[in-house]
Amino acid sequence: MQAIEKSEVQKLIDQFLNEDVYIHIETTNGAYATHNDPSFFNASAFIRNARIRYERGNITGDGPFRVGLKMELGWIYGEGLTHYELDEQGRLLMAGLDHTGKLAIAFEISRTPFE
Amino acid sequence: MIENERHVLVVFPHPDDEAFGVSGTIASFVKQGTPVTYACLTLGEMGRNLGNPPFATRESLPKIRKTELQNSAKAMGVKDLRMLGLRDKTVEFEDEEKLADLISEMIDELNPSLIITFYPGYSVHPDHEATGRAVVRAVSRIAKEERPKLYCVAFSNNCEEELGKPDIIHDVSQAAKEKLGAIQAHKTQTAFFYDNMAKRLEAKDPDALKWLQYERFWTYKWND
Repeated sequence: MQAIEKSEVQKLIDQFLNEDVYIHIETTNGAYATHNDPSFFNASAFIRNARIRYERGNITGDGPFRVGLKMELGWIYGEGLTHYELDEQGRLLMAGLDHTGKLAIAFEISRTPFE
Repeated sequence: MIENERHVLVVFPHPDDEAFGVSGTIASFVKQGTPVTYACLTLGEMGRNLGNPPFATRESLPKIRKTELQNSAKAMGVKDLRMLGLRDKTVEFEDEEKLADLISEMIDELNPSLIITFYPGYSVHPDHEATGRAVVRAVSRIAKEERPKLYCVAFSNNCEEELGKPDIIHDVSQAAKEKLGAIQAHKTQTAFFYDNMAKRLEAKDPDALKWLQYERFWTYKWND
């Protein structure tokens, strides 16, 4: 993965417009967040291989970035994205990594189901 | 003092769960000629450390961690490493009865005299808790007098308060090299820990030396 270049990522998001794609989204503070700091309220979400179709997709912000996908009946968005890669299987892998290199969010789009 | 065993079965959910506080024990058994089976439920797919600049993606991490797990097994001398194919962070949502069946099958096959896993209620991560519960459920199916010993790892903030001091202390100083080798093998997860620990050991920090020499377990307390 490399640091997000906004215009490049916008092109990649547009590649998947109006076709069935599989989505992986997760947010995380780590399973030990509350163990390490009892005052910390830990919450996260994870979804893998939801099949969706979007008619509009945007990357916004000045970094960390936000990505929003507009679907026929709803929306998907993520924030805190810093890095991306189009992998050897043509999947758009985006992630938000904190300054220590820990993943805080993953947002991935693929034409085939994630294994 | 480490008692002789017929066969040791270690069950943890994540690659590296064995490294910090059990690898010295595993390597000591191997050195004594005791067969050890390490069953690892997931490949740690949800590990957070990808580096910045990143060395992996969410999708490539499991492949890297699988290799690290195999290297750790090699470092400890474990010949029988089993990867059970579950997914990180989802163990607690599986059917516990079926998970216990998986464990029971291994117990029937291997006839271990000792099983090592996490102590349910005192092991913090939901996957640790679910793994410990499944192992306890599987062992509870065996008549009380025929059950293998069950040593548990616990590290929740309240564990000593509620369980008391660990009743099993292994001196693993003969396996220090293997223990450090297991930790080093999981380098995407442990690089920071290892570097820090290596410095402390060099400085003869008493807590670090104690960590290297001793491993602590709680024998599971049955209700029946």
